[in-house]
Amino acid sequence: MNDNKRPTVTKNTLKTAKRLLGYVTRDYKGKFIFVCCCIFMSSIASISVSLSLKFLLDGFIVPLIGHENPDFTELYKALAVLGTIFLLGVIATFCYTRLMVSIGQGVLKTIRDEMFEHMQKLPIRYFDQNTNGSIMSLYTNDTDTLRQMINQSIPQVLMSSLTIIVTFIAMVMLSPLLTVLAVIMIILMLIVTRKIGGNSGRYFVRQQKDLANVTGFVEEHMSGQRVIKIFNHEKVAEEEFDRLNEKLFDSAANANTYASIMGPVVGNIGNMLFVLTAVLGGYLSVAGIGGITLGVMASYLQFTKSFTQPFMQVAQQFNSIIMALAGAERIFNMMDEEPEVDDGYVTLVNARKDENGQITECRERTGVWAWKHPHQDGTVTYTELKGDVRFYDMSFGYTPEKTVLHDLTLYAKPGQKLAFVGSTGAGKTTITNLINRFYDVQDGKIRYDGININKIKKADLRRSLGIVLQDTHLFTGTIMDNIRYGKLDATDEEIYAAARLAHADQFIRMLPDGYQTMLTSDGEELSQGQRQLLAIARAAVADPPVLILDEATSSIDTRTESIVQKGMDNLMKGRTVFVIAHRLSTIRNSDAIMVLDHGRIVERGSHDELIKEHGIYYQLYTGKLELD
Amino acid sequence: MNRKLFQSIREYKRESILAPVFVILEVLMEVLIPLQMAKIIDIGIQGQDLPYIIKMGVILVIMAMIALFFGVKAGNYAAVAAAGYAKNLRHDIFYKIQNFSFKNIDHFSTPSLVTRLTTDITNVQMAYMMSVRMLFRAPVMIILSLIMIFTINVKIALVMLVLIPVLGGILLFIAKKAHPHFVKVFDEYDVLNNSVQENVNAARVVKAYVREDFEIRKFHGISGVVYELFTRAEKIVAWNSPTMQFTLYSVIIVMVLIGGESIVRGRMEVGELTSVIVYALSILMSLMIVTFVFVMIMIAEASTDRILEVLSEVPEMQDPEDAVQSVPDGSIDFEDVDFSYAGEGGALALKKINLHIKSGQTVGIIGGTGSAKTSLVNLIPRLYDVTGGSVKVGGIDVRRYGLEALRDQVSMVLQKNVLFTGSIYENIRWGDESASDEEVQRVCQLAQADGFINEFPEGYHTMIVEGGNNVSGGQKQRLCIARALLKKPKVLILDDSTSAVDTKTDALIRKAFREEIPDTTKIIIAQRVSSVEDADMIIVMEDGKINGIGTSEELLKNNAIYREVYESQVKGGSENE
Repeated sequence: MNDNKRPTVTKNTLKTAKRLLGYVTRDYKGKFIFVCCCIFMSSIASISVSLSLKFLLDGFIVPLIGHENPDFTELYKALAVLGTIFLLGVIATFCYTRLMVSIGQGVLKTIRDEMFEHMQKLPIRYFDQNTNGSIMSLYTNDTDTLRQMINQSIPQVLMSSLTIIVTFIAMVMLSPLLTVLAVIMIILMLIVTRKIGGNSGRYFVRQQKDLANVTGFVEEHMSGQRVIKIFNHEKVAEEEFDRLNEKLFDSAANANTYASIMGPVVGNIGNMLFVLTAVLGGYLSVAGIGGITLGVMASYLQFTKSFTQPFMQVAQQFNSIIMALAGAERIFNMMDEEPEVDDGYVTLVNARKDENGQITECRERTGVWAWKHPHQDGTVTYTELKGDVRFYDMSFGYTPEKTVLHDLTLYAKPGQKLAFVGSTGAGKTTITNLINRFYDVQDGKIRYDGININKIKKADLRRSLGIVLQDTHLFTGTIMDNIRYGKLDATDEEIYAAARLAHADQFIRMLPDGYQTMLTSDGEELSQGQRQLLAIARAAVADPPVLILDEATSSIDTRTESIVQKGMDNLMKGRTVFVIAHRLSTIRNSDAIMVLDHGRIVERGSHDELIKEHGIYYQLYTGKLELD
Repeated sequence: MNRKLFQSIREYKRESILAPVFVILEVLMEVLIPLQMAKIIDIGIQGQDLPYIIKMGVILVIMAMIALFFGVKAGNYAAVAAAGYAKNLRHDIFYKIQNFSFKNIDHFSTPSLVTRLTTDITNVQMAYMMSVRMLFRAPVMIILSLIMIFTINVKIALVMLVLIPVLGGILLFIAKKAHPHFVKVFDEYDVLNNSVQENVNAARVVKAYVREDFEIRKFHGISGVVYELFTRAEKIVAWNSPTMQFTLYSVIIVMVLIGGESIVRGRMEVGELTSVIVYALSILMSLMIVTFVFVMIMIAEASTDRILEVLSEVPEMQDPEDAVQSVPDGSIDFEDVDFSYAGEGGALALKKINLHIKSGQTVGIIGGTGSAKTSLVNLIPRLYDVTGGSVKVGGIDVRRYGLEALRDQVSMVLQKNVLFTGSIYENIRWGDESASDEEVQRVCQLAQADGFINEFPEGYHTMIVEGGNNVSGGQKQRLCIARALLKKPKVLILDDSTSAVDTKTDALIRKAFREEIPDTTKIIIAQRVSSVEDADMIIVMEDGKINGIGTSEELLKNNAIYREVYESQVKGGSENE
């Protein structure tokens, strides 16, 4: 939405509303019908207040005026009837407000759960293409406005609309002539509320934008606060902040002004309507035109008075409903994103190998894994997992226009340590994205122990690959929980062992709560190096057949790194390891080093071979080239 | 709310006072208008007096105009007062944070500061606007309506007088009961959002470990708790409407009973009964609104608490009286320095450090992860205060300098460095606002950044995106060095700031330092031996202590750690990386 747009109703809005209603009718059909009945009953009761008064006065009170011993029995009877209606109304209100809570919260929970479940199924591409902020905002802002709409706006609008309709019918029945006047005034009210609502909506949109600007600025400056201090840059930051803050003030003040003058404006148009009706009705009744009597006039004016209130409420809720539906549309858009497809049928199983090399499946962990390959004729064959990974003429691009990898052919034999070197954007990380099928190869193929990886079930493929990524991510929970993430049923002993192997044990024990130290907001309290050690421990406890280290030790000093490396080498003895690193000391002892440049392998060989070659690797190694 | 928070109202005091004044005037009109309407019905219509209807009608229209004016004014003042108050609060918090020392910053996480500056303030703004409008409106409405009822029928008025506190009490009781549940809901809400945030950030980790189902189960647990808590809280609040309606309907029946009798006995007019009921209605509505506002204020209380936490944080570092404003030279002395992040009595990060650096020297610092290299240099520009001993720059204790003067002269390039949204020119000029283009280009040449900058299509006008993610790691580091150089500092500290720069460029940067800024003291923390090898003095750190000091040659002879690092990196006769 740009600056001058205001929230508007489109075809999609209606579609979204229908889909949203679908959640209600799907899970709460009975309850919802009951709620509608209750709201109807409740409105009848509230309308009775203005309808019955005149009726009571004219029918039961006025006739008694002047009597010596007035008999109130009839009045009591009428009041008893009214009381019953009221009581039913109260009970109905009680029922529907309580039921609406369960329905509203239930629908929200369903939507939230479905949203999260669907998000987990989305391919990595979705996360790469959408900013974290915009995904988050689906769960926070959009769901929040939805909650408010379901809880407050919908019952209120239903109730108000019913009141308007019933009152309007009553007015038409009393005097069609005067109702013409009312209709004109209603149209006037609609125009005014639209105008004010439009202005208000426009400023609300602008306020959202200004708020986003302030938030962005604050986020950037809060995370750069230390740099600001070092450069004595506080004054400049303050000035810039003041400028953005002033803009936000301006739009917020305007948006809220328009929103809060809606009430007085509509209310006083109602008052004018009252005067006009009184004058016109008075004239008509004096002149005796249109059969307007005194009693009709008096009741009619009562209705005119009670007419504006619900009108105002609908007008006030309108904007928030439109905004909420816009949010719901964004949520549904995410839920409609194509999930990650998985046609794989080859699965990974624990296995046992007898003397003849015969492989049998077993339940417990043996350190031997096998690919279980079901065939069309119903037979099943097992292939031992060895970690033999081969790329054949592989090409790939994230977008069709830009190919990142060109005709890559390479192999990693079981037990080999394979390293990738190259500048930023050379395609190193892309290779790992393809091995574990975060993205799918467009041209060529990857074979894993001779099986095309497209045939392997994604979950099993990924389970067979341990990955330590460049950006370490930790979860809220204890350090213990975080390491256990690699293998949910790991014993404490296994966790300690993994931590020792990753050289993390030492610093963990130095923490006040040791392994029970709680980590919050992505482990902010730890240094980058410590976080990487934890990520390595997490991978180590998973004890994977194949390991991919993507800049996993970039923030660890070289001494610690060499200790960690020795541990990992021990763990991965006989298994395949892929290493991506910037620092050449990390990869020096690899069996094969691939130098990548613009998506092509330009050199390959062991460290010694490449040094002898005096090519790019040599230049990098001797510091004559920069890796950027 | 707290008095400290009210201090931020400042120039919006006028609006904050005028808003309730106009609200009261508006309410006054709202009470008078039904009276006028009753007259039109009772006298005009009943008496078939058309001129009277027109006369009263004109008066009513004028009254409606005035009411409209008051209403619009009230709404406008309230909106401006609230938005202005929010603006000032944001301003105060932001300025406060600018005054924070590093230690203060460590107290708050970045996301929590962002929430305080955005969501929390929005909550306070809404609560303030409601307070300014409704908290005055409702009581005035109640009192005026009550007075009107008194003038019409004392008996009914007395009934109302009893009813108001009873109903008010019940509504408040409901609000009070619901409040703790809402607090819990919002806490749990944070947990939910946090869980989503983690899953979005770490989508690759979740997928790599095939933990989707695990995360979904975890999320279902949390969303279930949110559902439970929310329904519980809202079911309590759901008592509000039926209670209100019950009271309202009872009042009407009682009034018709009492009023009916009075009318029959000739003590009351028919029109008056209608008016009484209208007034009773507005009293009940006002009560409802008051409780609603109370709930809002209660919810905003959690936000105000969080805002107050920032506002009452005491900036831990302040300029001394008679602060020294210029640094004589770049010499640095550590004398018996102890340092702990937790302050006195905490675990010591640095222990008994003694160190003397002459002005213009180049000093390398080397050591493993967690050996306190960064802690050591952090003390020089007084990012933290020592726990014991003293740090001197130019022979004067750092605590005697004005902070701005000291940090202008002691320039530091942080390990976790950031660039800001803006052009390269703008980013480099952080070092010196008034620097000419030529000066900026010169420091970029020194930092070996000039070459790649000129290769960008827009050169020095290239826009840097948030966090500087559109330049490579090595380029970012060189830009940060250039930025620090522009200050023309007496002391320059590089905290692992060339790790992504290749060794050749790294050597060129050091050569430029040697030749172009010979008088500046240079302190270089590095993991790469080649970065510090040619320094005048190398410090080997281990566990918060100095393990060895000397030139590379000396350390190779007598320092085991240095030798080990050196050999692991320089094996094979050529430099590493």
